[in-house]
Amino acid sequence: VRRLTTLAAGALCVLALSAPPSARAQSAAPADTTTLPEPASGLVVRDVANDAGRSLDLSWKASPDDARGLVTGYRLERSTAPTGPWTAVDSTAAGITEKSDQSVIRDTEYFYRVTALGPGGESPARSITGPVRATSEWINQTRWSVLVLTVLFFAFVLFYMNMAQSGRKPFVRRIPGIDAIEEAIGRATEMGRPILYIPGILDIDEIQTVAGLVILESVAKLTAKYETPIIVPVTYPIPFTIAEEMVKGGYLHAGKPDQYDPNSVRFISPEQFAYVAAVSGIMLRDRPAAHIFMGAFYAESLLLAETGFSTGAIQVAGTANVHQLPFFVVACDYTLIGEELYAASAYLSGEPKLVGSLKGADLMKIVIIVLVIVGCGFETFGIQWLSTWMDTQ
Amino acid sequence: VKRELPLFITASIGLFMILSFFVPHQAVSVPADFLQQSAIIVVAFGYVLGGANVLRINFDAISKQAPGWPYKVILVLGLVATVAIGAVDGCRHDGGFLNEGNPSKWIYDTLYSPMAATMFALLAFYIASAAFRAFRIRTVDAALLAIAALIVMLGRVPIGNVFTSFLPEGFRLQDLQEWVMEIPQNASKRAILIGAALGVMATGLRIILGIERSYLSGEE
Repeated sequence: VRRLTTLAAGALCVLALSAPPSARAQSAAPADTTTLPEPASGLVVRDVANDAGRSLDLSWKASPDDARGLVTGYRLERSTAPTGPWTAVDSTAAGITEKSDQSVIRDTEYFYRVTALGPGGESPARSITGPVRATSEWINQTRWSVLVLTVLFFAFVLFYMNMAQSGRKPFVRRIPGIDAIEEAIGRATEMGRPILYIPGILDIDEIQTVAGLVILESVAKLTAKYETPIIVPVTYPIPFTIAEEMVKGGYLHAGKPDQYDPNSVRFISPEQFAYVAAVSGIMLRDRPAAHIFMGAFYAESLLLAETGFSTGAIQVAGTANVHQLPFFVVACDYTLIGEELYAASAYLSGEPKLVGSLKGADLMKIVIIVLVIVGCGFETFGIQWLSTWMDTQ
Repeated sequence: VKRELPLFITASIGLFMILSFFVPHQAVSVPADFLQQSAIIVVAFGYVLGGANVLRINFDAISKQAPGWPYKVILVLGLVATVAIGAVDGCRHDGGFLNEGNPSKWIYDTLYSPMAATMFALLAFYIASAAFRAFRIRTVDAALLAIAALIVMLGRVPIGNVFTSFLPEGFRLQDLQEWVMEIPQNASKRAILIGAALGVMATGLRIILGIERSYLSGEE
């Protein structure tokens, strides 16, 4: 708070410089297109709070001529000394009196000025503001609520994991979509056809892709057990290498490493519709008996699921992309909705520690429900500290 | 060590990235940015492996004359030609291989874009066929879905509002579709998102703590 106050004081230290008399004389003249607009005033520069010292917020009072339509915009200039030289950092349209300068160097002192632009030219700046500098904070003060709830959530998960490890395995409801995976693999085995597994279309930085790849290992273990081929077309190179490891690991855990086919995991293309074309081709040429979609999907969800439906394959899908869920619900036999995708690996493996983590998430959901109800009550009675505390940036 | 070292790296970097969410100071944010940018280098090597996989699988199919092998010849030729032309354009134009007039730009505009648009356009037909199946009223759930869809679809086009313009405000199709989208639809969507967000955190924690370690291959 002390630092913020100091910075604000520094930012408000305005070095008033008189506008050149010629400019004042011109601005007093009747307004026309050849007259310079009245300068903008009251430039305030503030260090952006709770950041890494990468930006400064600028705001100013509009030129009196702005409302009369004689201003076309404002130009913001920056210098490391009050005497210049000045560099244009940004500009805004007329009527806009706020801007962030995100090109600053941390802990460097800057001076700013703003000029008004009009059909008659650029009016000189009325004042110079500074020095002000962008500094970085140790704690993002707006994220305390996230920190508290994250620590609470992690504590719940660890508690239930320990409990499960000590022999008290928690109850997990049946998830028909996951149960259907083994049924689908069994059917493919009977028909002598492969399984098609699609771990979403995004890269490894998307957690749904991670979840999809983790499930892949369990699916590969089952296909190895039933001696059924699996085809895994992948969009990005990193998920491709991980998918190879997952399938290899699945065959290894099933005790059949020699049956692993190096051609089962295929790198296709990160281009969305090139991928759709390739996978649709696999569906129509190789006729897999089961299609399993687990991960993040976008417009290709219905293209793939409908093509798959036309081949008569059993289809199981899972995604947390809410806008794609209706398409999967319509076109697939089973759909894992949102959190079920993340629960699938724990459910399939049955490992107590993994199952325990699901109960931690359940307990956190209860906490969130209570917070929502209490928050609604507080807001109804005009008590706003909870919503203010939960507000993050 | 073969398993412990990757687990240690995963845990330490995972916890550090969580820390960077709460600590914006340069002591944390600069290394965190560096780690994220480093991923690009890893991805670049990954593309080499991916390209090698494409060539290996397709050469294999061509040599065995598997069904549809002529298409695989076209794929390999297209891949090699696009990479080669892109590399030449990139060197010649200082990385601007999609500048106007470049062969890469021509490939993008006249081959790639129309083909991608064609695939995307198929969506219109698939939506029609999927909607036809979805709106067959067989159960109470299907009936609710069909009614809600009818209200939303009609409420969003002018003709729907013309039909109900005689009704008092709040009962017209436009008002009803707004209610469906704002209240039940939004509430259920948010419930799914909250559940999914917790699933994300639980999955992340399992990986950071090394409980979920299948990505380290099957060797114990």
